[in-house]
Amino acid sequence: MRTFRIIATYFRIGILGELEYRANFFIQIFESILGLVVALGGLAVVFEHTADLGGWSPDQLIALVGIYLLVGGLINMVINPSMERFMQDVRQGTLDFTLVKPADSQLLVSVQRVEIWKLIDVLIGVAVIGIALVRLQSEIGWGETAVFALALFCGATIVYSFWLILATCSFWFVRVENILVIFQSMYSAGRWPVGIYPEWLRFILTFLVPVAFAVTVPAQGLIGQLTGGNLALAVGLAIALFVVARFFWRYGIRFYSGASA
Amino acid sequence: MGSVSRHLAIYQAQFKIWTAVQVQYRVAMIIWLIGIIIEPVVYLVVWSNVAAASGGSVGGYDRAGFAAYFIAAMVVNHLTFCWHMWEYDTIIRQGLLSARLLRPMHPIHADLAENLAYKVITSVVVVPTTVVLILIFKPVWQPQTGQLLLFVPSLVMAFLIQFFMGWTLAMAAFWTTRISAINRIYFLGKLFLAGQLSPLTLLPGWLQTAASISPFRWMLSFPVELLLGRVEGTAVYTGLLAQFIWVTLGFLAVRTIWQAGVRRYSAFGS
Repeated sequence: MRTFRIIATYFRIGILGELEYRANFFIQIFESILGLVVALGGLAVVFEHTADLGGWSPDQLIALVGIYLLVGGLINMVINPSMERFMQDVRQGTLDFTLVKPADSQLLVSVQRVEIWKLIDVLIGVAVIGIALVRLQSEIGWGETAVFALALFCGATIVYSFWLILATCSFWFVRVENILVIFQSMYSAGRWPVGIYPEWLRFILTFLVPVAFAVTVPAQGLIGQLTGGNLALAVGLAIALFVVARFFWRYGIRFYSGASA
Repeated sequence: MGSVSRHLAIYQAQFKIWTAVQVQYRVAMIIWLIGIIIEPVVYLVVWSNVAAASGGSVGGYDRAGFAAYFIAAMVVNHLTFCWHMWEYDTIIRQGLLSARLLRPMHPIHADLAENLAYKVITSVVVVPTTVVLILIFKPVWQPQTGQLLLFVPSLVMAFLIQFFMGWTLAMAAFWTTRISAINRIYFLGKLFLAGQLSPLTLLPGWLQTAASISPFRWMLSFPVELLLGRVEGTAVYTGLLAQFIWVTLGFLAVRTIWQAGVRRYSAFGS
């Protein structure tokens, strides 16, 4: 309960902070629309020439693009800004202010900055998923919805844990941001189902940079093509990575020496 | 004559400075390169799948043809791209331009030297990467000698078009602080119309026309097609002419906008 109150508080602070800069709202709308044009325009050009890409129909890929925008929006709204702030805090020694607060430090660090306008990406993602589902005219029953929600939750957990593990490395190495830039550019590969990539690239996108679990697996769940084995793998990996990230965080934080210590 | 040797000396010095500056950030440079590599690889894979699904080839490209196209596009794009449109926002807003204005030469020379230094240093990574991609994706390359010779001037002109366009965009920072919105539109145009997303022949007809009228086709797709020997007949010469026209227009745009912009510029504390 307390956890949710803390998250809600940081969201409120994020909203209040961003409301000062209302022009950013329109800039974000503009950027989100450009992102949508890139994603859907690319699909449109490709599907001028074929009706099937690696076993995916156009409408199924629209659903995938929706999930790509949704997850990308979540990452850019909370995870990325919070982790960037955290790494800056470690470098400048200002993490002290977080550590003296009477709440779990991992939680505080993970939600400390919310860029609320990125919510537009999330909403556009949801809208695109909705349009895709209408066009698919498929009967998405409770089963698919539940599998999709579970896969999406696992995907988000995997990405978060992965990001936290990398960020925790900044207790030892000062410049880790660059690795996060790699993630950002690898994430753009998730706009397409990972099944189309050659073996070695699919491996990278699944296990080294877990884009596959963030986008492709939930999309498969939504259109009812996710095998039980892969869902179990996603759940197992999510739990394992979350536990590893937790332990690694508690281990790493002992190496933080503060600004004036 | 004195002016030429003076400029050469300036370029030598600038080149040395920028090389030293950039060698400091070796790791960051390699990481930025991943962004340059991943995009063409993704589209290469996508189009290879499309070719496979439509019986081996689409729009005159088969799997090996796409491999050749996107690897060539990656190299040409790397050699010709520029980034100062992202930097002048800060440089102008924070008054850093003052120091550059004091130097006895146009600031564009420093940017050109920086760009060249970056390209030379990063070739250490780009060349082996290209070799690896060639080994993985096994492109088939059937160049034509005549077009291959003209590729070099075409590449230089493609670079100049991007450089002048980029500098013109950068100068927008004299008037507005919302420069990133303009830049994003520019890069969206480049993605679709310059041939980054697909060879232009795969676009719908009206987009191909738009690409030919715009400068975008001439800053990437045209030199790539020359390199691959895919330009037919007189299109080689009309293409080079179009490139020359855009270089000239770009040069004039830079001159005009710079003169108008620098008069508006007033730094803090001056």
